[in-house]
Amino acid sequence: MDLNYSPEELTFRDEVRDWLRTNLPADLRQKMESYQELSKDELLRWHKILAKKGWVAPDWPKEWGGTDWNVVQRYIFEEECGFAATPMVVPFGVRMCAPVLLQFGTEAQKKKFLPRIYQGEDFWCQGYSEPGSGSDLASLKTRAVRQEAHYVVTGQKIWTTMAQHADWIFCLVRTDGNTGKRQDGISFLLIDMKTPGISVRPIVLMDGSKEVNEVFFDEVRVPAENLVYEEGKGWTVAKYLLGYERMGTGRIGASKRELAKLKELAGEQMKDGRPLMEDPRFRDRLTRVEVELMALEITNLRFLDQMRRSGRPPGADVSMLKIKGTEIQQAITELMMQAAGPLAQAFRPIDAMDFDHFTARLAPRYCNLRKATIYAGSNEIQRNIIAKATLGL
Amino acid sequence: MNFDLTEEQQLLADSLKRYLSNEYSIDARSKIVDSPTGWSETVWAAFAEMGLLGVPFAEEHGGFGGTAVDVMLVMEALGEGLVVEPYWVNVGLAGRLVARGGSVAQQKRILPSLIQGKHRLAFAHTERSARYDLGHVGTRAKRMGSGFTLNGEKRAVLHGGSADTLIVSARTSGTDTDPAGISLFLVERSAPGVTVKEYRTIDELRAADVWLTDAVVPADALLGDEDRALPLIEDAADYATAMLCAEAVGAIRYANEATLEYLKTRRQFGVPIGSFQALQHRMVDMVISYEQARSMACLACVKVDSAPPAERRLAVSAAKIKVADACRHVSQEAVQLHGGMGMTEELKISHTFRRLTMIGQTFGDAEHHLERFAAGGAGKVSGSKS
Repeated sequence: MDLNYSPEELTFRDEVRDWLRTNLPADLRQKMESYQELSKDELLRWHKILAKKGWVAPDWPKEWGGTDWNVVQRYIFEEECGFAATPMVVPFGVRMCAPVLLQFGTEAQKKKFLPRIYQGEDFWCQGYSEPGSGSDLASLKTRAVRQEAHYVVTGQKIWTTMAQHADWIFCLVRTDGNTGKRQDGISFLLIDMKTPGISVRPIVLMDGSKEVNEVFFDEVRVPAENLVYEEGKGWTVAKYLLGYERMGTGRIGASKRELAKLKELAGEQMKDGRPLMEDPRFRDRLTRVEVELMALEITNLRFLDQMRRSGRPPGADVSMLKIKGTEIQQAITELMMQAAGPLAQAFRPIDAMDFDHFTARLAPRYCNLRKATIYAGSNEIQRNIIAKATLGL
Repeated sequence: MNFDLTEEQQLLADSLKRYLSNEYSIDARSKIVDSPTGWSETVWAAFAEMGLLGVPFAEEHGGFGGTAVDVMLVMEALGEGLVVEPYWVNVGLAGRLVARGGSVAQQKRILPSLIQGKHRLAFAHTERSARYDLGHVGTRAKRMGSGFTLNGEKRAVLHGGSADTLIVSARTSGTDTDPAGISLFLVERSAPGVTVKEYRTIDELRAADVWLTDAVVPADALLGDEDRALPLIEDAADYATAMLCAEAVGAIRYANEATLEYLKTRRQFGVPIGSFQALQHRMVDMVISYEQARSMACLACVKVDSAPPAERRLAVSAAKIKVADACRHVSQEAVQLHGGMGMTEELKISHTFRRLTMIGQTFGDAEHHLERFAAGGAGKVSGSKS
């Protein structure tokens, strides 16, 4: 048993680390480290830097621009990005739409969309959730009626992240309302956001951020060639994508960076004339999070090792990484906010003044990160998955 | 990075598991626990026969020269089987003291017969007010002629009654909490001036309180350097703690398997209780605790063989924090999910509960190790505010 990376893996890690250090623009890193929202242009700036290097879509097949990295290398890359504080690569195109097209799309669809996704020319968003369909996705109601060469789409999507930036949206729609099983009669459509009849309304979250939206479809005409896979078989596509989406890691790298920042913060904040870091009550809570993160890193490596040896795609184990990874993320944001104490109340200056923007981001960040245990399959859904798939309950 | 087991490791673990599933049912175990000595010579002889008693010791003494990961696999299996025989104390703790601190002559005298199952050890160290401070030793050893005279009291000496030789810590200089001035002595249990009073522990092992009253030992009873035993004790305690984490992982695995089985078979309101989401989610959290604890036990076992002391301490304390939390979480939930049956002597789960509870606070509970971890792996943190 050896918990260390092999010399080859270490060389790879150093290569990634060095490249990130040289190529991550300082202004983007600084924004990420201080928890500021990134604009569309900023997100795309980083996307294009990675695309130029050939690293924007490591999981894709080589012919479409993938890297041929093994699971461990992909993990290392991911974690190094988190550790270096890179902006995220917006997943909706690269990690969601593209894998679906690679698996189910026609040659024409692949040729039309994949290169533009790779280069960051099209910005995608995901049209899954509806007002009545959150965790119970199959209850969706947005309708698509076939009229000759078009589908006419009417309905509403919600929680659509970054729809305000998007050029395209991939949607689950109901093409047949009369099937016995709710999972039947759903289809997977690609829709140009500029089509008449689409409107986007932002949902402001409690930290003031505008990242999610409602998207309304009023008799939107979608060319039939934008159907992916067969009509009525959208659920097969959706299930594939859910499995793929959950391939993510426990965000170890980013949490390590934030934990270091938390220690720094708790070293500066004073309590009774001593650094907060020396307060046993605070310190013990922090240490427990640190130990949980150490354990998760090894657990993550153990799963990767299993995957490498068995060659099987990740199973319900990945749900565990999501549960623990997000719990740790949230715990860190909470301790950060608490470390700032009364100063964490500051949010936004009204008049011109000297203002500590970093501290003012901590409480909003705490508020915002409550989403982590809700999105991408709430942690309760993840527990359902483990109970069913791993434990056979 | 590689979590593979070698063929040898797999074979050893498999043969032990097979033996335990054939010979160490919960009924067989209860008979052993209720026997006068509280452990089985037959089982011990079988362990010796399988080579388990020699796993980490040098080949020249009849051992396998194995790594801590080899012992980890044995400990996991023993934890799963809830074995009461004094393996951990002999191989993981007292044996480690001899292998690391003993002279060539002492090793030759003790290790081969330990490995053959003919000679047993215990570590008489803890004292009434020492709590988890390894450097707190009030027992005194005075030079007398060429030997030493020992006076003092030791508490909760695990498997002290079954030991032929006690390794006793005693102060050759300094005050009770000085890090320096501690020495180790090999003391025959039957020697004059040594009184051993045995009792059962809550987790059905045996332990003893030991009184040393002008107990005389010869010069060659000194194990390691005079006055400088603390680093040796810390090394052995860390090694033993890593092994204890592995035992806990095995016991947690059993608790989870038994609970899962119960959820699938126990029916209420006409359905298996495992169909209730309230119970499913609790079961899932137990599984997550297991995986996280296992990861940390691996870390500790990989580090105790060769890491520098500060790194070793950090890894062991981090592991013990996670494992102690997991012991508490899983044992409590396992009983709760078993309902009334979980409370009974009849089910192995209640015995597992007791063992996990005690592992949680052996060689330091989570709070102790949180403090030690925060001290950045500094050697001595508790009880030494001076």
